[in-house]
Amino acid sequence: MAGRKRKAGRAAGYKLLIFGILTLCVILIAVFAPYLTPYDPYAQDLSNALQPPGPDHLLGTDRYGRDMLSRVIMGSRTTIFSALLLVAIITLAGGAVGIVCGYYGGKLDSFLMRVSDVFLAFPGMVFAIAAASVLNRGVLNAVIALACISWPRYARITRSQVLAVKDAPYIMAARLSGSGTWKIIRKHIIPNIAGQVIVTAVLDIGTMIMEISGLSFLGLGAAPPTAEWGSMMSNGRSMLQTAPWVILSPGCAIFLTVMVFNLTGDTVRDFLDPRYRGKRRRE
Amino acid sequence: MQNILEAKDLKKVFYKNRVPFEAVDGVSFHIGKGECLGLAGESGCGKSTIAKIITRLIMPEEGSVRLDGKVQMVFQTPQDSFDPRRTLGDGIMEGMRNQGMGKKQAKERACEMLDLVELDRKFFYRYPHEASGGECQRAAIARALAVEPQLLICDEATSALDVTVQAQIAALLKRLQKEGGMSLLLISHDLALVQYLCSRVLIMHQGRIIEEGTPDEVIQDPREPYTRLLVESVL
Repeated sequence: MAGRKRKAGRAAGYKLLIFGILTLCVILIAVFAPYLTPYDPYAQDLSNALQPPGPDHLLGTDRYGRDMLSRVIMGSRTTIFSALLLVAIITLAGGAVGIVCGYYGGKLDSFLMRVSDVFLAFPGMVFAIAAASVLNRGVLNAVIALACISWPRYARITRSQVLAVKDAPYIMAARLSGSGTWKIIRKHIIPNIAGQVIVTAVLDIGTMIMEISGLSFLGLGAAPPTAEWGSMMSNGRSMLQTAPWVILSPGCAIFLTVMVFNLTGDTVRDFLDPRYRGKRRRE
Repeated sequence: MQNILEAKDLKKVFYKNRVPFEAVDGVSFHIGKGECLGLAGESGCGKSTIAKIITRLIMPEEGSVRLDGKVQMVFQTPQDSFDPRRTLGDGIMEGMRNQGMGKKQAKERACEMLDLVELDRKFFYRYPHEASGGECQRAAIARALAVEPQLLICDEATSALDVTVQAQIAALLKRLQKEGGMSLLLISHDLALVQYLCSRVLIMHQGRIIEEGTPDEVIQDPREPYTRLLVESVL
């Protein structure tokens, strides 16, 4: 039994390594996008419009003759960065609200939780579409719109985790030894609840990529000519029959990226599973 | 004898589904300097609430606590009384660091404390899940003593341990109390332990103190029917 457990723990380690490397590759592509593009992703060349994939243009060209591969690489930057930014914002904002609610409780807690109930009661995407259309067009505004509807979930998760640990004897012991509230939150509460919140955040990156692309697809995210996977798919949708590569290349990019992030999230969760934790530390 | 702690008319009400429940209902007592006072009674009679009021972890609705000096506490569940993500050494040092002691000095003293509670110094680097219940409880005592408290509260400090370890911890507490001259408030339902360690015992029932006396008096000649019941059920 113990052997099987240890084996499972090690398998989770290998998986984490593989998916970690894949995730790192995706992020590196996004970081170094301007140096990786074979052509200028914004240079139009109408004489070369709608070229099918070939040796010159590996993924073909769109209707303005822009190289699809370059645009997909460049688009990774917009899409992945904004998804990461979004997840960072909602984790921090929701986490802060959750910690305050869980630790202090009382009226403030009731008030903030009712506010989050209101947000949770909205159909998420509909609210995001409404918010994004009120704000001006742009990726940053799409991020803000999605952040508005996504933080309550994090607030709830964090709050429940804080409630689970805040009455533990070790918190009382810390208070008895003279540690202030801030120190207790920073040194004892956050380290003990971070795992669960981080797993949720990593699992959400994929979903957020889809939602940002979704908003852009509807014309509420990235403004043209910014290369963004969702808006690129939107541009290509009328030519699905005649030039499928225009819609398929960003589509596949979304598919693969979301899959990599989701699998990474799953492995991180397996890895942080408390059933493996004790074993691993002793090995 | 000078009193280290005087508690007057403590009252604490908890609400369970808006139904008030008087956990502590007008309790007064004192602890003398160097005295070991036992507080016995069944679960839910308000013993732990009194400990939390004295340590100011919760506030009483009524009454006052006068405390001369520092108070520290040893908890019932040894493994849970240390942060699972930090080493026992970190936990022992926390109080000293909060008092402004340097890291090196605090570590030195933490190691001395481990010697005092007869725990190997290698436990300084262990995590709570890497130590047994008895070892964690020794470390918890070391943590409490490190800040030189005038009063130490042991809230069922031995109940979660197995019998042989219980005896060791009891002997350790007795030795420390004799050597250190600090006062001890021993909260327990174990009358044998109370008899072994304490010079005076309070019996609590439903939020009130119903009987007081030396352990021998109380155990051999209980005045109240509830005390008789408690004595009979334990011994």
